[in-house]
Amino acid sequence: MHMKLTLKIWRQEDKDSKGKFESYEVKINEHMSFLEMLDVLNQELIELKKDPVAFEHDCREGICGACGLVINGRPHGPLQGTTTCQLHMRHFKDGQTVWIEPYRAKAFPVIKDLVVDRSSFDRIVQAGGFISVGTGQAPDGNTIPIESDVVEKSMDAAACIGCGSCVAACPNGAAMLFTAAKVSHLGLLPQGKIEHHGRVATMVRQMDKEGFGNCSNIYACEAECPKEISVDTIAYLNRSYFGSTFMSDLSP
Amino acid sequence: MSLTGLFLILFLIVHLTINFTVVFNDDGMLFGELVHMMESSPLIKVISYVLYLSILLHIIQAYLLYLQNRKAKGQKYKISTRANATFASKNMTLLGSLILIFLIIHLLDFFYGLKISHTLPEEALYDEVIHVYKKPGYVVLYTVSMIFLALHLSQGFQSAFQTLGLNHRKYTPIIKFLGLVYSIIIPLGFAIIPVYVYFFK
Repeated sequence: MHMKLTLKIWRQEDKDSKGKFESYEVKINEHMSFLEMLDVLNQELIELKKDPVAFEHDCREGICGACGLVINGRPHGPLQGTTTCQLHMRHFKDGQTVWIEPYRAKAFPVIKDLVVDRSSFDRIVQAGGFISVGTGQAPDGNTIPIESDVVEKSMDAAACIGCGSCVAACPNGAAMLFTAAKVSHLGLLPQGKIEHHGRVATMVRQMDKEGFGNCSNIYACEAECPKEISVDTIAYLNRSYFGSTFMSDLSP
Repeated sequence: MSLTGLFLILFLIVHLTINFTVVFNDDGMLFGELVHMMESSPLIKVISYVLYLSILLHIIQAYLLYLQNRKAKGQKYKISTRANATFASKNMTLLGSLILIFLIIHLLDFFYGLKISHTLPEEALYDEVIHVYKKPGYVVLYTVSMIFLALHLSQGFQSAFQTLGLNHRKYTPIIKFLGLVYSIIIPLGFAIIPVYVYFFK
């Protein structure tokens, strides 16, 4: 079935220009993904010799974390546990008006249109440093026994694709869910435990330095996370942070 | 925020327990005895200083965090939904500020006369309470402020535990339930006092 949509898209020339919403009409197929719908729009704009809408995308199968748009006020759109690329147009109504905005946070400045600079996340991960694992041949499987529940928790946290929708959803512009996911996924496993205390301290310090806000436990992040990372990880981060402050004599 | 918040949560229980004796039909006998006990105990004196410090810290930290967070959130969204967020969780600073205004009025009513200017002797406190709660304006002010307190507590109680990292698959639902019960019972208890005094004393 074909659909007609009115798009209100944030257009911004570069980092320093002001930016405003522009209105577009598109005719699309309901089985298209949200990004394919934008492709159709951009093709039309290119044919009209107009500047296409800049948006980020890479794998288009929901695992890379590159795409992330705020669609009608919701990061990654209205569907629970879904990235923008995996959101299909059948979840919208024919004739609907769709507002498309970039992520809004001080630590995520807009570069162009819907593209934001998320290198602050990379610097948080870099601040986390290394984990002590041997290089060379892959070790035999199951040589380090780990409790099943702990593995599950760690793997749930490792599902984080670093898309930044937690920051976009947070009224405080905090990156706690992202940082907590990284800290949990490494810190819960024996391989990542060795540098755990230091890692928590340096990652939190970098997070604050990047200008992210503070967590006030609103939990909007949890609702918008396409990988459904739980705020339990934030409690684990907080616990680990106290641990690294009071129970470790290292000062990283 | 969480530590001072939890201390204030404990304080409210003690405060309500003593104040609720105002509604008893004994002409303030028990209330007077309890006030005297609190006023003469050196332990309570020490705790009261911890309390003043907690209130101050809670307020200062709240506004510092508010300013930081306002700076961090960047430009406003055209359409904002904030799924999962409640009115209280999004407006903790506003609710806290409204409670602060109430707190200042409340302290000027009783605390100032009792502890600073010494114009209100301990024995006259009960009569002063009855006198103040006979004014309809005050009854409205005190009850409306308790709605703000209830909302503030509904978010603050479980939030304090989460911030301290006290999260457990078995105990967190219990904490959330206790928080809900606490945030209803305590403000309701406080609100009953002026309403009861106004209508029945």
